[in-house]
Amino acid sequence: MAELDTSGGGHKKGPGVKKQVKKSTRVDLTPMVDLGFLLITFFVFTTTMSQATAMNMNEPKDSKDEQIKVKESGAMTILLGKSDQVYYYFGQLDPAKLSEQFKSTNFKDIRGIITEKKNNTPEGDLMYVIKSDDESTFKNAIDILDEMTISGVKPGHYAEDKMSGTEQQLIKQTELANGIH
Amino acid sequence: MTAMCDVAFLLLSFFILATKQKPPEVLSVQTPNSVSSKVAPDKAIVITLTKDGRTFLMLGDDTKKADILADINKTKALGLTDADMQRWKKQQFIGVPLGQIKAVLEGNKELSPATLPGIPTDTTNNEMIDWVKSITNVYAGTDQKELEKMLLIKGDNNALYPSFRQIKDAFKKNEIYKFRIVTNGEAPPAGSELAKSIAAGTGGDENNK
Repeated sequence: MAELDTSGGGHKKGPGVKKQVKKSTRVDLTPMVDLGFLLITFFVFTTTMSQATAMNMNEPKDSKDEQIKVKESGAMTILLGKSDQVYYYFGQLDPAKLSEQFKSTNFKDIRGIITEKKNNTPEGDLMYVIKSDDESTFKNAIDILDEMTISGVKPGHYAEDKMSGTEQQLIKQTELANGIH
Repeated sequence: MTAMCDVAFLLLSFFILATKQKPPEVLSVQTPNSVSSKVAPDKAIVITLTKDGRTFLMLGDDTKKADILADINKTKALGLTDADMQRWKKQQFIGVPLGQIKAVLEGNKELSPATLPGIPTDTTNNEMIDWVKSITNVYAGTDQKELEKMLLIKGDNNALYPSFRQIKDAFKKNEIYKFRIVTNGEAPPAGSELAKSIAAGTGGDENNK
């Protein structure tokens, strides 16, 4: 590589002429390569491959006279509470057996429950109702919609709705019982 | 040695050049993850929702920013002069209540989003409705689908749900029912229905069509 001809012409040979000492001009490249690889590793690790993506949202038109009728057997209501808690029940709330119906879970296990419901229900009857508590986060709202996509629930089979007073109370009670702040 | 050195520096230059330098984000927002695979457009209309529940509006380069600002100045009778408007156009974020805009612009200070109060989105005073109205006014002649593609909500993981609902309400009040959420792309979890249908080649991701 980097090498210069240092032989200095090389004509004067013979007695009386001092022999020139040949010095190598080769540069030690090791530190440079070290530095090079250090920088490579740095850039490899800092380059983020994740890219911002856009998720579609379709909101229903609010029309009072057009209430969607849902079969009780096919309905599952998912309630999002604070501290990433998820509550759910099937069908309609029956005041007589609230504690049996109203169950709490988390984002890890909800996928299995969603899939199970999907597999046990005729496709036409299937409906997930998602209700977000005022103390749930933006992440929760997006995550649950994402769960629907992940579980292959078709658009039109899930909808968001406002939470009723009974449901809010039930969440409060469960939170108290489970010690969630 | 020489060959290795060459390869090392080739890689080095590749990574330096390939790294897209992100402009430092003034508002730090940690977006949630989703399995969506569509790339979010860069210069759209972005409504940012911060961790502490403040709302900001950012009108990107490709939008009719000047027209939107002029429209809201007219419809809400803000009484801004041409000089004010010039100054307003230069602001990257809109994050002050409509009532305070004149005072803020006349103060002529460099405003950092960290200290701005954000656009009020209370149930009683949801100024986002006015903003979305101005946006729809300006885009009235164009294809509704084009506008829907440009409307992005970028929310922080820890933002509370009610502030998100207020933004959705602002859209709905202006008869916009489709918009998009900025998320971090991730692969569908293994073994899920979505992963199976993608593997089977049936697309599966209905939401992304």
